[in-house]
Amino acid sequence: MKHERIAFGLMVAFFVLAPLALYPVFLMKVMCFALFACAFNLLIGFGGLLSFGHAMFLGTAGYAAAYSAKLWGFPPELAILLATGAAALLGVVTGLLAIRRQGIYFAMITLALAQMIYFFYVQAPFTGGEDGIQAVPRGKLFGLIDLSNIWAMYGTVLAVFVSGFLLIYRVVHSPFGQVLKAIRENEPRAISLGYDTVRYKFLAYVLSATLAGLAGGTKALVFQLASLTDVHWTMSGEVVLMTLLGGLGTVFGPVVGALAVVTMENYLAQLGAWVTVTQGAIFVLCVLSFRRGVIGEIARLIRRPL
Amino acid sequence: MTEIFGVPTQALLGQLLIGLINGSFYALLSLGLAVIFGLLNIINFAHGAQYMLGAFCAYFLLNKAGIGYWPSLVIAPFAVGLFGMLIERTMLKQLYKLDHLYGLLLTFGLALVIQGLFRNEFGSSGLPYPIPEALSGSRNLGFMFLPNYRAWVVVASAAVCIGTWFVIEKTKLGSYLRAATENPALVQAFGVNVPRMITLTYGFGVALAALAGVMAAPIYQVNPLMGADMIIVVFAVVVIGGMGSIMGSILTGFGLGVIEGLTKVFYPEASNTVIFIIMAIVLMFKPAGLFGAQK
Repeated sequence: MKHERIAFGLMVAFFVLAPLALYPVFLMKVMCFALFACAFNLLIGFGGLLSFGHAMFLGTAGYAAAYSAKLWGFPPELAILLATGAAALLGVVTGLLAIRRQGIYFAMITLALAQMIYFFYVQAPFTGGEDGIQAVPRGKLFGLIDLSNIWAMYGTVLAVFVSGFLLIYRVVHSPFGQVLKAIRENEPRAISLGYDTVRYKFLAYVLSATLAGLAGGTKALVFQLASLTDVHWTMSGEVVLMTLLGGLGTVFGPVVGALAVVTMENYLAQLGAWVTVTQGAIFVLCVLSFRRGVIGEIARLIRRPL
Repeated sequence: MTEIFGVPTQALLGQLLIGLINGSFYALLSLGLAVIFGLLNIINFAHGAQYMLGAFCAYFLLNKAGIGYWPSLVIAPFAVGLFGMLIERTMLKQLYKLDHLYGLLLTFGLALVIQGLFRNEFGSSGLPYPIPEALSGSRNLGFMFLPNYRAWVVVASAAVCIGTWFVIEKTKLGSYLRAATENPALVQAFGVNVPRMITLTYGFGVALAALAGVMAAPIYQVNPLMGADMIIVVFAVVVIGGMGSIMGSILTGFGLGVIEGLTKVFYPEASNTVIFIIMAIVLMFKPAGLFGAQK
């Protein structure tokens, strides 16, 4: 596992040193989306389940964090905890429904459920509709560290991202992760070996939802905003794109994919719908001729999993 | 004025009609999805974009070439269907040996590209498309006014749906198609050109979407995003009906449109979500869908 340690070291070093050259807010956005994409990849890359509704976890967590921090005066650690819990709960409810079907149906069901959640937030009074919840206070972490200081915030996001990443790494390499891979490769065989595959898939789904919620709650505090953008189906599509571009089923791929997609959006932001066109074109190119993704190709070159 | 459950009859019937019209589009679109899925095993995420292309095609024909509604009803599905076949030949064809999810991702990407290009060109506001002269006006049914065009949409789409059902379930051509759905290799061995059949089937499914788009143009206006949210509702319709049966997807489409219309009368807050809620309930009790068989 030496090369994985090197890659991990490089990744952490990048996020520690990058603020010297790049905007910290941009990097915090990258880290939030990287964690989101890693959580998503846990489900598709290792469980073989394509969710097209992961925005519902990101957005729900964002609303929970923003609402509790702004209206109930929750400190940031509690707000993020509540957000993660809310996403986990939503994961349990939607998971019980979606896990009943596989493959393409699973994708359609998660998309439809997420759309239902989206319409709910459009109408619910507490979300502020089109305006969202704005000017969310970042507060003081553990009552000590003032997060309105950008570097304190940066350190917090980095810590959240690295812990989430390590947790996912641990899960993927645990016996649980091995069973998930077995289910992805050949579900009937896993069943014949006595594994309750539905329970494994459900657990993976809830775990993925929970970690997506962690990303969403953190993101709401960074941008001091929770809005409908994060619940819309386009966001669900973006996380698929990040993971696909970086490399499905690779540990580091989603991070690279998130960096690439967020960078692209930053540069193309003024061009309106060209962002959508570019995203679509990348989708088509990846599916037709770049299915391993960036990290998947590198891993193939060095003949080691990354 | 008469009332039913405390709701004026006219409001009720009016919403019922709107529901039936939405249902016509759900039925046409989910029928196309089911036909494509049956043979290609791909969920065509670009279906919404192709529905939009149909409407735009009619719009261009009218404003650039002066070709009216009736010819458009044939030309637009044909043109968009050809475009679909081109996509199938150049892109989708490469994915048949892979996991079916790649087909979903590819068509999702295509939908983003198509919708993005049209949004750049035409913005997000709707462009008007006039109701054809022969169908303007409305008739008095005694209890309500029925706009002629809307009646036409319901009748025409029901006819197209039933025609498609007839061809697939009752003709020799349809029997080839059903056989190829079951076992393409065996049908190929009998000398049927299966790849060509797949291309034509995809083109036909896409043409159905474009036809729905042309019929929708005078009602909903022509808008680059008209298919984007529609397709998600249609996915829910497909999950509820199950994709096993052609007639199933037609009935579910019309039925859910009507239920949605009725929800607008009795509990408007839920009208956006009712189809998704029904989907959740169906999944709880009949995961394979109302007409589907669990594989």
